[in-house]
Amino acid sequence: MNRIARAFEGKKAFIPFITAGDPSPEITEKLIYALEKAGADLIEIGVPFSDPVAEGPVIEAANARALSAGFTTDTLFELMLRIRKNTQIPIVFLTYLNPVFTYGAESFMRQTAECGVDALIVPDMPPEENDELAPLCAKYGVITIPLVAPTSGKRIKSIAAGAQGFVYCVSSMGVTGMREKLTADIRETVSAVKSVKEIPCAVGFGITTPEQAREMAAVADGVIVGSAIVNIIAQHGENCVKPVAEYAEAMKRAING
Amino acid sequence: MQKQGRFGVHGGQYVPETLMNALHELEDAYERYRNDEAFVKELETLFTDYANRPSRLYYAEKMTKDLGGAKIYLKREDLNHTGSHKINNVLGQTLLAKRMGKTRLIAETGAGQHGVATATAAALFGMECVVFMGKEDTERQALNVYRMKLLGAEVKTVLSGTMTLKDAVNETLREWATRMHDTHYVLGSAVGPHPFPTIVRDFQSVIGRETRLQVAQAENGRLPDAVIACVGGGSNSIGIFSEFIPDASVRLIGCEAAGHGVDTDKHAATLTTGTKGIFHGMKSYFCQDKYGQIAPVYSISAGLDYPGVGPQHSYLFDSGRAEYVPVTDDQAVKAFGYLSRTEGIIPAIESSHAVAHAMEIAPGMPKDSVVVICLSGRGDKDVAAIARYMGEDLYE
Repeated sequence: MNRIARAFEGKKAFIPFITAGDPSPEITEKLIYALEKAGADLIEIGVPFSDPVAEGPVIEAANARALSAGFTTDTLFELMLRIRKNTQIPIVFLTYLNPVFTYGAESFMRQTAECGVDALIVPDMPPEENDELAPLCAKYGVITIPLVAPTSGKRIKSIAAGAQGFVYCVSSMGVTGMREKLTADIRETVSAVKSVKEIPCAVGFGITTPEQAREMAAVADGVIVGSAIVNIIAQHGENCVKPVAEYAEAMKRAING
Repeated sequence: MQKQGRFGVHGGQYVPETLMNALHELEDAYERYRNDEAFVKELETLFTDYANRPSRLYYAEKMTKDLGGAKIYLKREDLNHTGSHKINNVLGQTLLAKRMGKTRLIAETGAGQHGVATATAAALFGMECVVFMGKEDTERQALNVYRMKLLGAEVKTVLSGTMTLKDAVNETLREWATRMHDTHYVLGSAVGPHPFPTIVRDFQSVIGRETRLQVAQAENGRLPDAVIACVGGGSNSIGIFSEFIPDASVRLIGCEAAGHGVDTDKHAATLTTGTKGIFHGMKSYFCQDKYGQIAPVYSISAGLDYPGVGPQHSYLFDSGRAEYVPVTDDQAVKAFGYLSRTEGIIPAIESSHAVAHAMEIAPGMPKDSVVVICLSGRGDKDVAAIARYMGEDLYE
C-alpha cells in the first residue's frame, strides 16, 4: 500500500496545509513534525509562488512571506530531503504550474520523487492540460491529485475516472480562505465521484472550525485545513508551532470524534 | 490546423477547475454568435453609431516630411468613443455577455482605458460593473478612476503583489471564480486562457480590416510596408497585425515597454527578455526569474506594465513573422511631445512607444514606402503624469 492510501486507511484523514518557508524553512520543518504528532494523516505543502490565483489573502500573504525571506524551490527540495529522513507521513505538494515548468519540469519531478513527496496538487492544471506533466509523473512515479469544484457538474465523471490517490473536493466557489458557511453540496459531489470510482474524497477550502470539520468528515473521507492554520502562523510567527499543534489536535479530535 | 486555443506551443487553458465550465460556456456562446447574422449586425451598428467607427487613417504629412523617409499614416483609434481601441473588444464581449444572460461585468484595468470602456458598455447595456485596478495605477491614472465612477462602475483598488495590471488580473480571476452565474469577465487584452486571446483578437481585428482598405484607398491599392503598434498584453497590436499575417511583405513590428532600459530591472519587455512560462491561464513568454516567480515589471505606461504577452504574439515571435522591439520611457515621452507639437495629436503614452519606433525607422526607409502606426489611444489621461516625468509638479 502506498503512503497516500495509508492516510485514508480505516479512518477519516486530517490533512493540514502549510506554505513551505513561511516564516522560515526551520519552522516549516518543526511544523511538519508537530502536525504529525498532533494527528495529521497527510500533509499538504504549498510551494511558494508570486501569483497564487486560486488562493485567498491569507495563503497569498504566506507565499509572499516565504518568497521575501529568500525561500526558493532549491531550498524546498533540500528541506524535504531532510524531513523525509525523519518521518514517513504522506506528503503532497500544492504547486502552481509555472514554478514547475520554468524550473524545468523534469528536474522538478525527479527531485520531488527523490525527496519522497507522494503527489502534486496543481490548481491551475485542469484535466484538459494534464499532458503538461503526465509523462513525467508516470516516469518518476509521482501522481497528481485532481480537483472537483462546485461547478464541475458533468465533468466529475471523467475527472473521477482518471483520478489516483484521492480527489480534492472544493467546498465552495472562489478561492481558499476561512468561511463561516460552506456552500457546496459535498455529499452529492462525493457520491458523484464514488459512483464512478471507489477513491477517497477529501474536502477543502474554507474549513476553519471543529464543527465544520466534523460536518465535512461525516460526508467525506478527509478534511483539508489550510488558511486557518496559515492564519495562526501569520499571527505567531516564529512562535507558531505550539498554537498550530493545539489547533491541529482539536481539529483531529473533531474529525475522528 | 492548430489545436483549438493554441498558437504553436502557446495558449491553452491553465485555470482552476472552478473556472473551466465558465470558459466552456463562453467558448460555446462565442462559437454560436461569432457568425450569427443578428449578432454581427448589432455589433456593427454599435461600432458605427456608438463607437464612431470606422476610425480614420490619417496621413501625417508634417511628420513624414520632418522625418524625411517613409510615408506615415496614423490609424486613429484614439478618436473612438472612450478614447482608445479598448471599446472594440468591450462592445463585442458585452453583447456576447448579454446573449449569455449575464447581468454583471467585471474587468481588470491598467491605464484605465479598458476599465472606462467596460464601465461605458455597462452603462449602455444597463449592467452592473466592477473594475479591478492596482493601487499604483489608481494613483497614476486618477482621472480614469473618476471617469469609471461617473459611469456608474465600482472601482476596487487592488493592494496585492506589485499593485499593477498583473495583480488586477489576479483579482478579477478570483472574483470570477467566486461569482460566475451572472457575471462575465470582460478581459481587456489578448491574454488569458482560451478562448479570450481569440475573442479579443477577433473583436479588435476590425482595426486591421479597416487599415487594409484605407491604405489601399489612399495608396492606389497597395499594402503598407510596415505596421507598428505597442504591445503590453497585445490587443491593439494583434488587432491590426492579424489582418496582415498572410501578407509576407508587410513588416509587423510590436513595441514593448523597455522602461529604464532592458539592461536594468525596470522594464516590461517580455519578448525581448522573457522566457516561456505558464501564467494567467496561458502558456506564453513572461518576465520571470529562474524559479518561475513572476517579475515585478515597470513602465511609465500603466497599459504596458504587464509581465506577460498574448500567446499569439509569442507564436508570431517564435515563427519570426513579427518583430518585437524595446522602447524606453525616455523615447516614448519624447515621441509623446513630438507628435503633439508636429501634428497636434496628443497620443496615449502606450501608443507613444509605437510612435517612437516609427521615428527611428522611418527616416531610413524609401520615400514611397508606407508605414502605419496604430495610434491606440489618446493622451489626455497621461498629461499630468508626463508633466511630473518632466519635473513639473502637476496633479489632476
